[in-house]
Amino acid sequence: MSAPVQQFKSQADVVSRDLRHREFIQTALNNYAVVRDKNRNAFRNYPAARQAAAETKWEAIHHLDRHLEQLATRLEARGTHVHWASTGEQARDIILDIIRRKNARSIIKSKAMTSEEIHLNEALEREGFEVVESDLGEFIVQLRKETPYHIVFPAMHLRRGEIRDLFNRELNSGSTEDPEELTMVARRVLRQKYIQADIGFTGANFAIAETGMISITENEGNARLTAALPKTMVTLLGIEKVLPRLEDLALFLPLLATSGTGQPLTCYNTLYGGPRRPAEPDGPEEYHVVLLDNRRTQILADPEQRDALHCIRCGACLNVCPIFRNVGGHTYGTTYSGPIGSVITPHLRGLQEWKHLSYSSSLCGACTETCPVKIDLAHHLLQNRRNATQQKPSWPWKIGFKLMNFVFKRPALYWFVPKLGRIGQALHPIVKGTRLDPAYAWTRSRETPRIARQTFREWWRGRG
Amino acid sequence: MTVTLFIPCFVDLLYPQVGISMVRILEKLGHKVDFPEQLTCCGQPAFNSGCWDEARGLAEPVLTRLRNADVVVIASGSCGAMLKVFYPQLFAGTHHESAAKALSAKCYEFSDFLVTKLGVTDVGASFPAKVTYHDGCHGLRELHIKDAPRALLSRVRGLELVEMQEEVCCGFGGTFAVKFPMISTAMGEVKCSQALATGAEYIVSSDSSCLMHVQGLIDRQGLKLKTIHLAEVLAS
Repeated sequence: MSAPVQQFKSQADVVSRDLRHREFIQTALNNYAVVRDKNRNAFRNYPAARQAAAETKWEAIHHLDRHLEQLATRLEARGTHVHWASTGEQARDIILDIIRRKNARSIIKSKAMTSEEIHLNEALEREGFEVVESDLGEFIVQLRKETPYHIVFPAMHLRRGEIRDLFNRELNSGSTEDPEELTMVARRVLRQKYIQADIGFTGANFAIAETGMISITENEGNARLTAALPKTMVTLLGIEKVLPRLEDLALFLPLLATSGTGQPLTCYNTLYGGPRRPAEPDGPEEYHVVLLDNRRTQILADPEQRDALHCIRCGACLNVCPIFRNVGGHTYGTTYSGPIGSVITPHLRGLQEWKHLSYSSSLCGACTETCPVKIDLAHHLLQNRRNATQQKPSWPWKIGFKLMNFVFKRPALYWFVPKLGRIGQALHPIVKGTRLDPAYAWTRSRETPRIARQTFREWWRGRG
Repeated sequence: MTVTLFIPCFVDLLYPQVGISMVRILEKLGHKVDFPEQLTCCGQPAFNSGCWDEARGLAEPVLTRLRNADVVVIASGSCGAMLKVFYPQLFAGTHHESAAKALSAKCYEFSDFLVTKLGVTDVGASFPAKVTYHDGCHGLRELHIKDAPRALLSRVRGLELVEMQEEVCCGFGGTFAVKFPMISTAMGEVKCSQALATGAEYIVSSDSSCLMHVQGLIDRQGLKLKTIHLAEVLAS
């Protein structure tokens, strides 16, 4: 077994048995489900909205080349520098180069999963720059030197007491665990950082090809401060974030808010098009947009799974996924966890090394059912399994199934199955529950069903 | 009409009463039942494991044998989804593609067959107990069956149906249950606790495979719950 699968299995074994974690996550996500459903019902016709969103993303992705060129041209017309990065390494180099040219020391960041994807913070810190996350959840996990637990709720795994202890240890905040007071502690720290920062770094929720604009949606106003105060602004986004028209936001902003946090709309929705223009009172003097591929074009090249690029990173599939709810976000060991992560990580980081995520699913389909842009997630997990097996067969399973076929296709041999099964079950108690038990994976936590005294076939024949 | 019954391997070997109940109900409703004895497994374990060649090996005889059937009733939502939804995917681009599509069109899960095809909701059953219904995920989200089993249960004398908090997977998932046993077990525990919270005596389902997993947990943990297949309730 390679390292990621071992790490996943051992951590999943621990977290899935952690009853405090189970209770906590279930409660949080059940509360989310209530507001999500309330706001989905507030759409005049939610199924039609979902269908329209899927079709708009289909259009955006199937003409990605055209939309990206349009986006870049319009952005450049306003004086924005547009950079194209094929890999994470290229994106890091582009961003480092901007920072060095500006003689910058410190960078303030708003939430960007793409920056997690390319491990930007580590790269910048390694070069001696100060990087501060300004989204409250991201700020908390950064202080804990952790990765985000969830793509929308980075610190949802932490309880008040843990944040109190963390803030007290790192920021001398005392013993308060009042959420408002804790937020004010973070705010006092962050306000200074915005003023000191040389570079404001953001992600993006959407990019509008028609007008050449970057759309950022948030609840804390931190992205606005990140964009408005430092002299230089850098935005990193995946190429799949593009939408054809400005009016598409009328659908996508409420859809993202509803699926993401269960809000009708997030508090701050802003469009950025370029650097500060003459007579404008605020905004950056220089604006850079970095468009990241990082193997997204591999997904684009796969007609079966191309719709995985529809993803708007709302996290709805994580929230309903019983695997995510039981193993938690960190167990995946990936930037994108939950069903969408299990689908795309094998494309982004290698099928053989990450195929276990596609197998770690009961294929319940709750993800497909909830996805606001209708990505066929559960079936993509099946396709990843097929592709992985075609590329590199798992011989024990393949031989097992071949043997099963040999027996199950021959009534004369199948006749022996219940007979041998009954003998096997009579002998089973000798090894049951021990490591010698061939059914240990089952009997470790469950009792086995009994082979019937009379099978259906035996009964049917007996009827004559 | 003649109803061709597809009995999955685990129903044959472990839960024959489910198949027997279906035969009795269908015959009571005046239909002739045909059971193709040479068909044992739909191939779903291999399919879900990514071994599509091996899955086709088991699925081809199913296509051939069921070619002339009028209607096929499958004694499991999961195997039903395999025949109805996944065979057309499995055989896409092969010379069996049209046969797979033709079979798909005449396949029904048992409860769906009674309610949608036959228009029957009252089969004259009596089962005086408080029960909750577990939707097997393939029946619910691949076949989109939600109302049919509830319509049938609502006409069972003495039966009180109480719903669980949410439609969540029981954690069986075929080979998933042994590849990731602890995740599967945790999911089963969540299911059991939701069923217990309803105060029901029984978890009823249209999938014996889900119930095998849940009953295995109930027995190991000594929970005050029982499991029973919908067909057995309807045959009472």
